[in-house]
Amino acid sequence: MIEVKNLTKFFGPKKAVNDVSFEVKKGEVLGFLGPNGAGKSTTMRMITGFITPTSGTAVIGGVDITQSPIEALQKIGYLPENAPVYPEMTARSFLEFCAEVRGFSGVEKSKRIDETIEKCFLKDVIYQPVNTLSKGFKQRVCFAQSILHDPEYLIMDEPTDGLDPNQKHEVRSMIREMGINKAIILSTHILEEVDAVCTRAMIIANGHVVANDKPDQLRARSGLHGAVRLTLNNAEGEKAKSCFKTLTDVKEVEIIDDKNQLNMRIYPESLGMTLTDKVLKCAAENNFQIESIYTEQGRLDEVFRMITEVGEARSRLDRIVKQ
Amino acid sequence: MPRTLRNTKIILLRELTGYFGSPVAYVFIVIFLMLIGFFTFSVSHFYEAGQADLRSHFEWYPWLFLFLIPSVAMRLWADEKRVGTIELIMTLPISLTEVILGKFLAAWIFVGIAQILTFPLVLSTMYLGDPDYGTIFCAYVGSFLMGGAYLSVGSMTSAITRSQVVSFILAVVACLFMVLSGWPPVTEALIGWAPNWLINLVASFSFMTHYQSIQRGVLDFRDIFYYLSFMFFMLYTNGIILMSRKS
Repeated sequence: MIEVKNLTKFFGPKKAVNDVSFEVKKGEVLGFLGPNGAGKSTTMRMITGFITPTSGTAVIGGVDITQSPIEALQKIGYLPENAPVYPEMTARSFLEFCAEVRGFSGVEKSKRIDETIEKCFLKDVIYQPVNTLSKGFKQRVCFAQSILHDPEYLIMDEPTDGLDPNQKHEVRSMIREMGINKAIILSTHILEEVDAVCTRAMIIANGHVVANDKPDQLRARSGLHGAVRLTLNNAEGEKAKSCFKTLTDVKEVEIIDDKNQLNMRIYPESLGMTLTDKVLKCAAENNFQIESIYTEQGRLDEVFRMITEVGEARSRLDRIVKQ
Repeated sequence: MPRTLRNTKIILLRELTGYFGSPVAYVFIVIFLMLIGFFTFSVSHFYEAGQADLRSHFEWYPWLFLFLIPSVAMRLWADEKRVGTIELIMTLPISLTEVILGKFLAAWIFVGIAQILTFPLVLSTMYLGDPDYGTIFCAYVGSFLMGGAYLSVGSMTSAITRSQVVSFILAVVACLFMVLSGWPPVTEALIGWAPNWLINLVASFSFMTHYQSIQRGVLDFRDIFYYLSFMFFMLYTNGIILMSRKS
């Protein structure tokens, strides 16, 4: 388990990370979300001991990173931001170096390297110097380094940055697979990634944790959640709108687009009310031709924007209180 | 302890292969040999002097090292910072001491290799006359130690900045100071107004004073101790600078 306890970091007078605490158990993949400069990388750097926290600490599998960093680091695989790799080394010799540092030698070493090369699809480039590789390959070489020793804990700063869609897909399914028996923290600003791999998402804004929940539940915070999205072929906008408006439990009807087809969204009075049935019945009574109908799940990007704005407001408030 | 040795060796080998994997190593070695040859033969007139010793060779080391060694050392940490690999190496399960030592020793061995490649000079002297091998050996040891001292300064200045140019200039200035404080023109300038103990103190901190006595063939424990403790002090400072960057 990774336990992050009250991590706080000042850069000069600026508070980059403010009292961040959370836990990640094995079998969990925690997605770290936040606008640029929110403190994601700083938090990860503190967990891996690259930066010393101003206060607070991280305990990795029972070992405190600030007390016994080497022991803690043995349990961690870390993919830093921008995937740094020694440019003059070949991919193979770089992985060999990392394996040696991790204490592998002889047959065990080459077996692990071969396995990792296989897993990360690096076969074609292993004898090329890293500075001749494209961004995507460089990213994968550094990724390979982080999983080489099969660590219990994986910390990855933007693992799919710079990859093409196919590679993104591969890396994501790999992370999901590894998430079954490892504790993984990854940061990203691609929201679909959270859906694709994370069991939990944490949103951080201005150094504060502003949300820490399952992706589904985060999405439920969206104003769109539970609304019925309806496309009709032969209805006139205002008429349909007044029709649906009269239904019980309907709070608001919004017309999105009224050109060829009528596109509308029907909001429930409160969460947990299902409108689909009533809407269907009403449409049948009025002979509306339904092209499509579905219930909105809510959109993460909307929730993200909403929540991070709250974070901004909170840190502004903090500053005012301090003054 | 075996762990420390093992890790230091891994870092050292990686660095050393890094040197020879890039053009830096070859450019350095070629330029070093060309310059030292030029000074030995054309400026100091090695042949015309008619003496079977290498004094005309070794007297150039402090000045040549002044520019060449900082150019080797400047990339030690500045480059790691620029490329970002410092984040990688600092989050591997190895201690800072091991990394600093490994990197420093690799650079030192590299300088040593460049020095060893001046062996044809020794062969020529052997062919032409009957040199004092003890003195030549001492001079090699002395210049190697002095090279290490220059390197430790360069390693320290390289940790301060992410720019190699800044690191280079800082190292040259610092090394120049360490050389000049024992150089006769500077010590002579002090004579007459400064108390004797001060002159001795300033001079005893200089690379030059200690190098000259070794170069003459006197391998004094105190000189060796001076260089080793100087390197230790610089590398220790190097460690403190890197630690302070962490927080």
